[in-house]
Amino acid sequence: MSDAKILKVRVESALCQGHNRCCSIAPELFEADDLGNARVKGDGHVAPGLEAKARLAVANCPEHAVRLTHE
Amino acid sequence: MNDRSGKPSHPPVKDWATDFDHRDPAWIENPFPIWDGLRGRCPVAHSERFQDGAYFPSRYAEVREIAYDSEHFSSRRVIVRENKVPLTPSPPITSDPPEHTPARKLLLPAFAPQAIARLEPRARALCRELLDAIGDAKTCDAAVDYAQHIPVRLIAHMLGVPEQDGDLFRRWIHLVLEVGISDESVIMPTLQEMAAYFAAEIKKRGAHRGDDLISFLLDAKMEGQPLSGPHLQGTLRLLLIAGIDTTWSGIGASLWHLATHAEDRRRLVANPSLMPTAIEEFLRAYAPVTMAREVVKETTVGGCPFKPGGQVLLSFPAANRDPAKFAQADQVLIDRAENPHAAFGLGRHRCIGSNLARLEMTVAIEEWLARFPEFRLAEGEKVTWSEGTVRGPRRLPVALN
Repeated sequence: MSDAKILKVRVESALCQGHNRCCSIAPELFEADDLGNARVKGDGHVAPGLEAKARLAVANCPEHAVRLTHE
Repeated sequence: MNDRSGKPSHPPVKDWATDFDHRDPAWIENPFPIWDGLRGRCPVAHSERFQDGAYFPSRYAEVREIAYDSEHFSSRRVIVRENKVPLTPSPPITSDPPEHTPARKLLLPAFAPQAIARLEPRARALCRELLDAIGDAKTCDAAVDYAQHIPVRLIAHMLGVPEQDGDLFRRWIHLVLEVGISDESVIMPTLQEMAAYFAAEIKKRGAHRGDDLISFLLDAKMEGQPLSGPHLQGTLRLLLIAGIDTTWSGIGASLWHLATHAEDRRRLVANPSLMPTAIEEFLRAYAPVTMAREVVKETTVGGCPFKPGGQVLLSFPAANRDPAKFAQADQVLIDRAENPHAAFGLGRHRCIGSNLARLEMTVAIEEWLARFPEFRLAEGEKVTWSEGTVRGPRRLPVALN
């Protein structure tokens, strides 16, 4: 595990089709834009305690548009 | 199933791989074993019962590939029919790129989560009105007395048309999406009737617009131009048709599950925080909507050739039951944590009403369970399911305690 690194979420806007699953599962990390497509809140930094929600957001995206990165 | 037109009904299916028919009573009643059987032995089934042949992919992988491939698979026909009818565009659902993008973008803000959330009080109030009308009856029909009215009233509210016209809307939908699959003669008169209805609504708005979707579309610009008459009519037809029997089916199927699985019902009543995963699971397991594509360029998917002109029964419900994609795919697990289901489609045609459908399903189930935490199927009464493109219970007699 790379726990020492910073965990971040990202939405691939070219893939997102607005299913809104990430926004429902992790409203702390994602929000919908005016068209209903997802974007990360702030810089996508996953605060301690939100790692599980971030992973669920990735796992539930039907378009594989939500990504988790370790920086 | 075809009594209305006087044609003989379809012969029973003997081989689902080479002669499938989604109007067959076995499919209508319980399609899941049919799909499970096909995935193993013939993942793309075929049938000559539909003009120019129809293909039925039953695995997630092929459904996904076709949904993403607008080069070979056009959305211009979104319903598999026995006989192809002249194209009747309803943008953006029947649009392919590049026309699809602006036609969809125009509608997206009206259906974005923040816009739909504002409808929650109205949705809750109308569910409670329906439950009040059921009152302290010992039995009711959860499809007829409850589920069917919720999406009709909410979409009527959004469009700014009378909620009392619900019977008319449901009749149009039944003719276009069920009867019209086998009897194309009903389609054109129904579309003409709908066009006349919308023309009258447009006329009413004259110079005085309201706060409704018809008014919004009358003033909308797409790439700098107002919508053409046919585009406007096609989109209004889509908004009316697409949002009604689909969500009615989703609510009905959820209530059917809760009526037949007491342990899930009690668990949900005791632990309402399960509602979000339960709703997503009902959407996965009982996805109401099967779409279609028309092959426009020869190609191969899943090792099977697809010939131009062929119709594709694009079953997101079957994809959602594929064990290669979903663990315990045949089990309904109301706390399923990982559930990237395709109930609202995949790719550019993701159901634009998905946020509305989720709101309606959630509110409808919450309000029902608050009023009737204990209910079950009524003994000796039969549940009936719709035929064709949208699957859900049309009669759901339940005993209430």
